[in-house]
Amino acid sequence: MAETYVEHEVSHPALQHHFENLEQQREAGTLGMWVFLVTEIMFFGGMFLAYTLYRSKYPEAFAIASNHLDIKLGAINTAVLIFSSFTMAMAVYSTQVGKRRAQIISLVLTIVLGLAFLGIKAVEYYQKYEDHLIPGSLIPGNPFNPDPHAMHLTPGVSMQHVQMFYWIYFAMTGMHALHMIIGVGLLSVLLYFSLKRRYTPEYHNPVEVIGLYWHFVDIVWIFLFPLLYLLGRHLGGHAG
Amino acid sequence: MSEHIVPVRVYVSIFLALIVGTTLTVWAAFQDFPGPLNVIVAMTIAVVKATLVVLYFMHVRYSARLIWVIVASALFWMGILFALTFSDYLTRGWM
Repeated sequence: MAETYVEHEVSHPALQHHFENLEQQREAGTLGMWVFLVTEIMFFGGMFLAYTLYRSKYPEAFAIASNHLDIKLGAINTAVLIFSSFTMAMAVYSTQVGKRRAQIISLVLTIVLGLAFLGIKAVEYYQKYEDHLIPGSLIPGNPFNPDPHAMHLTPGVSMQHVQMFYWIYFAMTGMHALHMIIGVGLLSVLLYFSLKRRYTPEYHNPVEVIGLYWHFVDIVWIFLFPLLYLLGRHLGGHAG
Repeated sequence: MSEHIVPVRVYVSIFLALIVGTTLTVWAAFQDFPGPLNVIVAMTIAVVKATLVVLYFMHVRYSARLIWVIVASALFWMGILFALTFSDYLTRGWM
């Protein structure tokens, strides 16, 4: 289709020579990003599997460990990330309709919200460090050694199984945070080229595909928040 | 196929729905529902939220069939991962 456009679009500087036109180039780029996201789903899927398996084996220990996470910070971070997904969607929209000012503001907001998420996450990690909840001997001189009373550990529940929860917690939120850091980096590149007026309604696929990545990272958190912070609260949770 | 531009009001509605979902899931977490209902409620809300993000923020609702196939394949292989693993673990009563 769009035979009549071919000659016009060949002249677009962003069109790569192996594509017929920008439309085809855009669809190929989007498809490629989705294939990458499938591998990401498989990657995180393995960790979700490990979580589900260990939680089904040690439900009491997981509830006790989960109840020690800071539910307020977790909920605030969920809202921050959802808001950043919205501003990302607005960045794509502004680019599609050619509103350059809105595009730049949306990208800046998305970066700021992403950094806010990482900052709150760092505060949480520091609290876990102070409570000696970093598993194993990951931090030299500060091994996993929480106070059983502060954890509200009930008789018959092994601290080793509580530690298992924290291995999974740090593996999953750590990988998620790494994805956020990469995402903020990608968004900074987008912002740089936006300021150079590279993205237009005809050529905006980089904004679109990095948006897909950003939303994917948001979805991972949408599952992490209830699984890590919430399940077990009804058994008598102690916030913080 | 030409590109579909999602209107701003759709993005705003999805954003509000996601915030409502988050509030709901925090509230539900403190209710003592019978049996495994707490897990079911929390996971149902998470799946609904994720579906809204995929369909609207990620434009899958307006995308080509090929994208639908790719997304479905991810869910299918995740299903295999969980189904085969748990068919093993859950049937070993002695462990």
